[in-house]
Amino acid sequence: MKHLKKSLLSILMLCSSIVIAQQTPAPEQTKDVAIIGATAHIGNGQVINNSIIVIRNGKIDVIGDAEKSAIDMKAIETIDANGKHVYPGFIVPNSTLGLVEIDAVKASDDDAEIGLLNPHIRSLIAYNAESKVIESMRPNGVLLGQITPRGGRISGTSSVVQFDAWNWEDAAIKTDEGLHLNWPGSFSRGRTWLGEAPGLKPNKEYSKQVNQLKDFFNESKAYNNGHKTKTHLPFEAVKGIFDGSKKLYIHVNDEKGIIDAIHFARAHAVKNMVIVGGAEAYKVAGLLKANNIPVVLKRVHSTPSHIDDDYDLPFKTAKLLVDNGVLVTLETSGQMERMNTRNLPFYAGTTAAHGLTKEQALQLITLNAAKILGIDNQYGSLEKGKSATLFISEGDALDMRTNKLTHAFIDGRNISLETHQTKLWKRYSDKYKNQ
Amino acid sequence: MNKLHGVILAFLCSISFYAQDYFPQNSGVSTENTNYTALVNAKIFITPTQVIDKGTLLIKDGKVVNAGASVVIPKNTNTIDVSGKSIYPSFIELYSDFGIAKPKPAQRSQIPQYEASRTGYYWNDHIMPENNAFEKFKYDSKKANALLKAGFGVVNTHIHDGIVRGSGSLVALNNYNGNETRIIAKKSAQYLSGRKSVTSQQAYPTSPMGAFALLRQLYLDADWYGKGHSKTKDLSLEALNHNKNLVQIIDAGSRANVLRFDKIGDENGIQYVILGGGDEYERMDDIKATNAPLIIPINFPDPYNVENAFLTASLSLSDMRAWNQKPSNPKLLAENGVPFALTTHQLKSPDEFKAKLMKAINHGLSKEKALEALTTIPAQLLGKSNTIGSLKTGSYANFLITSGDIFDKKTTLYENWVQGRQNIINDMNTIDIRGDYQFSLAGNTYQMSLTGELTKLSSKIKTASDQYGSKISYHKDWVNISLKTKDSTKQEFIRITAHVDLDKDLKGKAIMPGGKSLPFLAKYSKKENDKKESTKKEEDLEVAKMFPVTYPNNGYGFTELPKTETLLFKNATVWTNEKDGVLENTDVLIKNGKIARIGQNISNKSAKLIDARGKHLTAGIIDEHSHIAAASINESGQNSSAEVSIEDVINETDISIYRNLAGGVTSIQILHGSANPIGGRSAIIKLKWGESADNLIYMDSPKFIKFALGENVKQSRARNGVRFPQTRMGVEQVFKDYFTRAKAYNALKESGKPYRKDIELETLAEILNKERFISCHSYVQSEINMLMKVAESFNFNINTFTHILEGYKVADKMKTHGVGGSTFSDWWAYKYEVNDAIPYNASIMHNEGVVVAINSDDGEMSRRLNQEAAKSVKYGDVSEEDALKFVTLNPAKLLHIDDRVGSIKVGKDADVVLWTDHPLSVYAKAEKTIIEGVTYFDLEEDKKIRESIKKEKNELINMMMQAKNKGLKTQPIKKKEKEYLHCDSIDHEQHDH
Repeated sequence: MKHLKKSLLSILMLCSSIVIAQQTPAPEQTKDVAIIGATAHIGNGQVINNSIIVIRNGKIDVIGDAEKSAIDMKAIETIDANGKHVYPGFIVPNSTLGLVEIDAVKASDDDAEIGLLNPHIRSLIAYNAESKVIESMRPNGVLLGQITPRGGRISGTSSVVQFDAWNWEDAAIKTDEGLHLNWPGSFSRGRTWLGEAPGLKPNKEYSKQVNQLKDFFNESKAYNNGHKTKTHLPFEAVKGIFDGSKKLYIHVNDEKGIIDAIHFARAHAVKNMVIVGGAEAYKVAGLLKANNIPVVLKRVHSTPSHIDDDYDLPFKTAKLLVDNGVLVTLETSGQMERMNTRNLPFYAGTTAAHGLTKEQALQLITLNAAKILGIDNQYGSLEKGKSATLFISEGDALDMRTNKLTHAFIDGRNISLETHQTKLWKRYSDKYKNQ
Repeated sequence: MNKLHGVILAFLCSISFYAQDYFPQNSGVSTENTNYTALVNAKIFITPTQVIDKGTLLIKDGKVVNAGASVVIPKNTNTIDVSGKSIYPSFIELYSDFGIAKPKPAQRSQIPQYEASRTGYYWNDHIMPENNAFEKFKYDSKKANALLKAGFGVVNTHIHDGIVRGSGSLVALNNYNGNETRIIAKKSAQYLSGRKSVTSQQAYPTSPMGAFALLRQLYLDADWYGKGHSKTKDLSLEALNHNKNLVQIIDAGSRANVLRFDKIGDENGIQYVILGGGDEYERMDDIKATNAPLIIPINFPDPYNVENAFLTASLSLSDMRAWNQKPSNPKLLAENGVPFALTTHQLKSPDEFKAKLMKAINHGLSKEKALEALTTIPAQLLGKSNTIGSLKTGSYANFLITSGDIFDKKTTLYENWVQGRQNIINDMNTIDIRGDYQFSLAGNTYQMSLTGELTKLSSKIKTASDQYGSKISYHKDWVNISLKTKDSTKQEFIRITAHVDLDKDLKGKAIMPGGKSLPFLAKYSKKENDKKESTKKEEDLEVAKMFPVTYPNNGYGFTELPKTETLLFKNATVWTNEKDGVLENTDVLIKNGKIARIGQNISNKSAKLIDARGKHLTAGIIDEHSHIAAASINESGQNSSAEVSIEDVINETDISIYRNLAGGVTSIQILHGSANPIGGRSAIIKLKWGESADNLIYMDSPKFIKFALGENVKQSRARNGVRFPQTRMGVEQVFKDYFTRAKAYNALKESGKPYRKDIELETLAEILNKERFISCHSYVQSEINMLMKVAESFNFNINTFTHILEGYKVADKMKTHGVGGSTFSDWWAYKYEVNDAIPYNASIMHNEGVVVAINSDDGEMSRRLNQEAAKSVKYGDVSEEDALKFVTLNPAKLLHIDDRVGSIKVGKDADVVLWTDHPLSVYAKAEKTIIEGVTYFDLEEDKKIRESIKKEKNELINMMMQAKNKGLKTQPIKKKEKEYLHCDSIDHEQHDH
């Protein structure tokens, strides 16, 4: 048994050693590729059981039933994916990937600028496309992300990138697409160093903090109406919120905060607003649906925020929202968020364990994410004409038990699934094999 | 209050001080008074149970001469008739800092302080048995008056600072004499607590478990010192030995700590008197079993302001229940025969005392028990029953004169006599002028009604047609009334000054706005209407039903502890973790808490059948590295803390226990943190939700200790690291040094020569003797290799490397050494030393033959450890059966409990989980989690609990709304936080409450 395993392992390693060296971005697609026989999970809820997908010039040229297709296979490289599964590349919103390499090493941290109102801060230029953490996303199917700054009341501006690039310019898919606002909390912590009692109490500064935001938005609007005499970078950066070219992502978790945030956005004629976090969004699902406001839902693998909450509340919140017609995607922020982002598929899997169908769960991290980030014309589902950003897994990619990628493509480029980690795995497996 | 102060001061000035008889006398002639004072015709409570209906209390020289129905009154007696009034012994306060200035906090330094600030004393600044309250005592008449007003006559005061606080003094609240008379006992008790001194920044102990260990070691050292073994002077130990025969009073502050401190007392032959937290009702049986006398605070919480539905949603059921349940604590303690004294400690001011006490009585505390708790019991606890707490002959003449039952809301406290000296709180000769009056002035006839308390009257004055604004004051038989004139455009007043006649008529003069003076006569017509109805309503509300206490006392607790059952799982897919592998369509019988049978077509008449078709049965999940269910995790005050134990700080109420059960977890090792190279001892527990803390710990638990390496122990992220070691090189030397010393200690101990028992070295010697096992937090290969070599040089093996993220680099060496690896499935990139951490680690170590476990170190991840194990299938192709063993059988092996748990095998503990799906799948939910045949988690039951939480919260919110509408004071909502502890969680030490 053990010998068998060892020999299996060595065969596996033999196969994988042929693959292109890790970390080098794949070249442009030159030859058409057909993936045949896989169960194709479209990302919009549909499934094609025995599918054929043809990738041409980085796009999905054909997607359909393999048996009904009559494509000339000459000059097409084919991948036999019988018994395997194909998915659109997973998309992670509200991510700091590439902004921090090692949490505890300050020199490697670039995710939060000082200051309170930082709409002009742009995440994209600090995005390290060569991060070792980013490459470790790909073997799990996470291929795209919205890189988002942290800190302050307004943290700055995010951009959407793909995870196989030489540099941030190559990586960018949609630049400066959203502004991120951290809504004031309903509770504040006692400042023990000022002699206050510890623990969480209602935030007395709440109204003041909301007014500060109102002032800032009013001033920005006035500024952007014209007749400016001097450039004001922060006001300048808010412009897109009013003309609809940028989305306003409001990070807020509690029920009242969400309602206040919606009123705030309405009062300032914000065209596109998204709730990020939304732990209690399920309590105001009707309001969200009525105002067409999507939710980027807080990490599924988290503990309930109140002691008396249902133990599985974070697991089933997506279901509670989806059932009420809210457009939902999943995010991963929190402790160890970057390295944990490779578990995004399993967050989705958990929502399926707790009420959603598997295809609904998949949709959360594919088409829904693309829609919310405004990239659904190119990404998020396996549809003809869209970018061939997809991957093949040996089994159900939402289950850690079966998520095993054999191929992944970004814009038709056959990307490497090797990482710093697979390299070490092989190096030390070889060490013991040769002993 | 101000008025009272004035009254008492007036008396002070009018009476001269007694001089001590041997003092020179230069201020006049000798004025020694040898008269008696007799209070006659009173109802006298000599003790709570010995009551004289119409008796005499005879006192002289500040003491009771006699009290009874027929007392002979000598001729030189000043007799005071108090007919209709009651006399009680005045109250005793056991926990106070009366007359002691608040200790000055030491200046905070940027650099941590590890050494003591003093020499000649114990090595730890927080141990100060040499302190004496009497040396710092300065009588505080302002505070004395507040206490007198609340009914207290004597106070046991001490310096509220440090872990051992030295002796307290028993003092009388005597406003007339000096300390020569007030100090009843200079050293009346020794006080202790679990909190550090504010006067020193010495780091150790940083945690409650460190404080417990420090106390234990202190007693050992005092014993050693007392036997004359020490070559050096230690004034602290001398004082501690000197104070040995005093009553030992310890501030526990919560029922959990009452139990913890009582255990320490028992180990050292001390029965502490323990200051509780007012939450003792949550574990009454355990509290009762301590046999400890308690001092109980009555700072019952105000209702929460629940008007804002959003904020209220954050209020936890346990906080709501506390409002409802805490006032019943004294009653329940009394009913269970727990002896206790009541204290004003934790109240904002003694002024609140009566209202809170009334609340306890309204919630069922008998008046007799209440009086005992304030008089005879505290007296007895101090060993002073002969002189305080009763009005027996020879006692101090400390007593209260009241208008009636002292535990009745309407009763007035007239006087509080201390050591035979009278303090007037409310003048008992004041005529009650409350009622309706009629008077005429300048042709108008006015109706006046006087209501409220006599010291704070309010007046309503009207004619047949109009209402007038007015104010009244009443003091010493005189009233002053100001009455606004009818013309509201002018601010003009009629001023009335009148004397109160015995028939209650008010006679005097009125000065009209023009300055004209007119005679004034207000005729008393009738008594004020009793307002019984409204007060009754309020009381009704107060004693509204007490919600049942659950175990633990939060939303998910059990009303009754669940029992072990005979269970028969039918047609399950059984993951045995044994040679049989995975068995399809198999029955498993659980009986008497054990796995009784595994097979096909099992039947058992008494068993409860569970249809497990399509479901999976596995052994319960075991987490080798957990930090849930603990009140503290790190003792970082020293580089070795082998003396501390997590077993001392188990928090059985942690909601994480329930949530972990919902993830199929049945056993965990609660490890000390990684703040120092040698950490503390582990607690290995079963998640028996609802049981007391001690009942969670494994019977005959294997002994473990946490060690740690790398960035945390060398304080990589501390700005001012001064604690050795600061490098990995130093870490090795710490181990070598301690094991060398432990070896020498062991040799000395075995030689039969006298030795100083040292808990830390005892623990390390257990490692050398292979009686205790190390689970070592580790990351990089160099240090992993180092520790194995150190262990080998001392002839023992490391049991487990936990985290062990570079274990894959030295898996062969680990295999040779015989150490297991308990790792994360996929964590990395959070600090520099995990740069080379790979998710293939488990599989490589496993392939090399190392016993591998997957652990959590995280209260969230532990809820789905089965999925973490499944990642080993993804990363490195471990077989599914082996992967499941990573979180069941293998951690059981690493913890030396695999003879009891970890697989489904006849004879093993019935710790099993029924899963809705393949146990390694993300889609699987734990449907039932069973420990020793007891179902601690059940999906269906969980649904019911959710409903009951909603219902109970609604009821309580409604009751709080009612309370607010009645005008009761409320407190703002607070959100209870669940703190998730990790390896590097440091306690937030609080010096004060």
